[in-house]
Amino acid sequence: MSARDRILGKLRASQPTRTQALPDVSGWYATHRPIESAADKARRFRHFIELAHAEVYSVSRGGWLQKLWEVLAARHIDKLLIGRGTPHGERALSELPQSGIACAAYDQAIDGWKEEMFHHIPASLTGACGAIAETGTLILWPDEYEPRLMSLVPPLHIVLLDASRIHNTFFEAMTAEGWKDGLPTNALLISGPSKTADIQQTLAYGAHGPKELVVLMLDEEKPVIPAQAGIHSAAENLDSRLRGSDVSTAPTEEQQ
Amino acid sequence: MNAQPIHFKPAEGFRARSKAVVDNPFLRQSFRGAMDFLMAKRAAQFPDPEELESLRSLGEQIRQYNLSKLPELLEQLEARLVGNGINVHWAETPEEANEIILGICQRHSARLMVKGKSMVSEEIELNHAAEAAGIGALESDMGEYIVQLAGEKPSHIIMPAIHKTKEEIARLFAEKVPGIDYTDNVDELIQIGRRVLRQKFLEADIGLSGVNFAVAETGTLCLVENEGNGRMCTTVPPVHIAITGIEKIVEKLEHVPPLYSLLTRSATGQNISTYFNMISGPRQPGEKDGPEEVHLVLLDNGRSQAYADEQLRKTLQCIRCGACMNHCPVYSRIGGHAYGTTYPGPIGKIISPHMLGLEATKGLVTASSLCGACGEVCPVKIPIPELLMRLREEAFSPPHANPAMRGQGAGYSPLISAVWRGWAFVYRSPAMYRFVSWLTSCFNWLTPARQGAWTSVRVPLKPASKRLRDMLAERR
Repeated sequence: MSARDRILGKLRASQPTRTQALPDVSGWYATHRPIESAADKARRFRHFIELAHAEVYSVSRGGWLQKLWEVLAARHIDKLLIGRGTPHGERALSELPQSGIACAAYDQAIDGWKEEMFHHIPASLTGACGAIAETGTLILWPDEYEPRLMSLVPPLHIVLLDASRIHNTFFEAMTAEGWKDGLPTNALLISGPSKTADIQQTLAYGAHGPKELVVLMLDEEKPVIPAQAGIHSAAENLDSRLRGSDVSTAPTEEQQ
Repeated sequence: MNAQPIHFKPAEGFRARSKAVVDNPFLRQSFRGAMDFLMAKRAAQFPDPEELESLRSLGEQIRQYNLSKLPELLEQLEARLVGNGINVHWAETPEEANEIILGICQRHSARLMVKGKSMVSEEIELNHAAEAAGIGALESDMGEYIVQLAGEKPSHIIMPAIHKTKEEIARLFAEKVPGIDYTDNVDELIQIGRRVLRQKFLEADIGLSGVNFAVAETGTLCLVENEGNGRMCTTVPPVHIAITGIEKIVEKLEHVPPLYSLLTRSATGQNISTYFNMISGPRQPGEKDGPEEVHLVLLDNGRSQAYADEQLRKTLQCIRCGACMNHCPVYSRIGGHAYGTTYPGPIGKIISPHMLGLEATKGLVTASSLCGACGEVCPVKIPIPELLMRLREEAFSPPHANPAMRGQGAGYSPLISAVWRGWAFVYRSPAMYRFVSWLTSCFNWLTPARQGAWTSVRVPLKPASKRLRDMLAERR
């Protein structure tokens, strides 16, 4: 008899005769988590990821590359790892070199260039496929275009996030997007730069992964409204636009 | 039952180890400071008592639901993992688990294995077994790396080096890491660790990790961490081996968010960890990184014994957050090493007897004031004080046939048993009670001045020369 059979045999012999009722996870979230407008989600996401030491910049569809350049220039970084085959990767590749930033493409298996990846890539750019407001978390699904190590090895990781894809909770993200029916080989939640408090509870950043995490948050064109008084109407404004746009990735109040 | 697999004899020397810590003001300060810090951080994460209570109830329900279907879920998990291209292995004992892991290493002619934090790998003493087989096993979690450099074991399941001050770590690095100067700047120390370990991630043939949640319906292994070393271990080397206890399984993906939230908030008071790493397969054709081979080792090591009893089964609800130790008045005074077990603190006292037998752990179950703090903070509502009482009963009752636990009755003493029987006899009869209390007050001068542990720090106990009964009679 194999170890498998013996273990399963022991468990079966003493298994409770009746299975407990299936826990009502969605019921708990429905009664314990707020329904938020897109603007509130973006604000909460930003608040929490900044608390975790990430930098966040609001950018427009036209202007994000300029901000990316500024982020790199401010750190005197002249080399960026990008993924071929994504719109943002291709755009960075075609435009950044003219401004003095060399772009390395992740276009071959890691086995051939591990050393270089670890020692000579100061920064990387990837997209995020979504985010979570209540914890300030980016959702990344690495794939053949933007492989796993892009968000781990370079000391500076820059992430492009569409603000309309921010969910309230992890639970909402996985249910709204149907994760249980198809996860990639590696799915990641990232909530700040790498850190540790293993020496005398003293927080230090850049333990093994990126030392810095920068989020470029794509808002729709920012509505021109006075800063304080306008928060509510700005939320309504964004909301109404979201309703007319891609509701499958940005659940509105009605859906929840 | 099979022979003692691990060289732990926690019961022996427990008192001496505890006393050594209690007598050391630096260690006491380290633990006190760290526990206060962690308790405050956890409390700040749960400002709403209703939310905390209902989330704990949900966590408890999820864990109990999944345990009630454990054998089916293990089979479902195996089928999904295999479908995803992940190899599944089963081990009843630590030896079997080591054999499986080292077998995989040898097939790849591996020389270096980098390890992410895994308490199960500590449980099976993988590092020793690997070393004996000529394979380097290097811890890469900063805390574990420090503890390994010092030739010690983790003293806390979440913060392994919690017993060390930064000055100690600074001296350790200066002594053990080639080519560095002494520094007690925490940022610099972490950067030294980063530099050393990054080179090792590059060179390693095998990456080893634990598992926080294994999801049956999707065949996914979930890992929780802050540093990124777990992701390094599961992504950079060509082979990834994960090891987990058979209880860490959930049926549905939607069971993960509540447990994950309870875990990080209870453990370190973070609303979320930096990384949540969900692995559902090795590198696929076209993908440019990730391991070519992924293995999962499912370990029993006494868990099926806990499973067999309805009350003891609750031990397996644990999600290893460490909140019970952070809030334990015993742990915070004696620290993790005194217990002599892989898992210290309240959870260690109730899980270790299943792994090591009650013979080796009977002393641990009595090392509790039963204050109840552990049960109150447990995110999945394990009734730890109740289980401690049960284990005391198992350890100290007379040996009987078909015991629920290995080592039942190991602490049984006929003399103590006779004393209690006599006590019960006296207290059952009012006349006998009156007679014996009269007798003790008459002969109270016979009580010894030295009364063992009691008089080591207290004055001796002595029956009063006048009984309460007599005093009341006089007042009437």
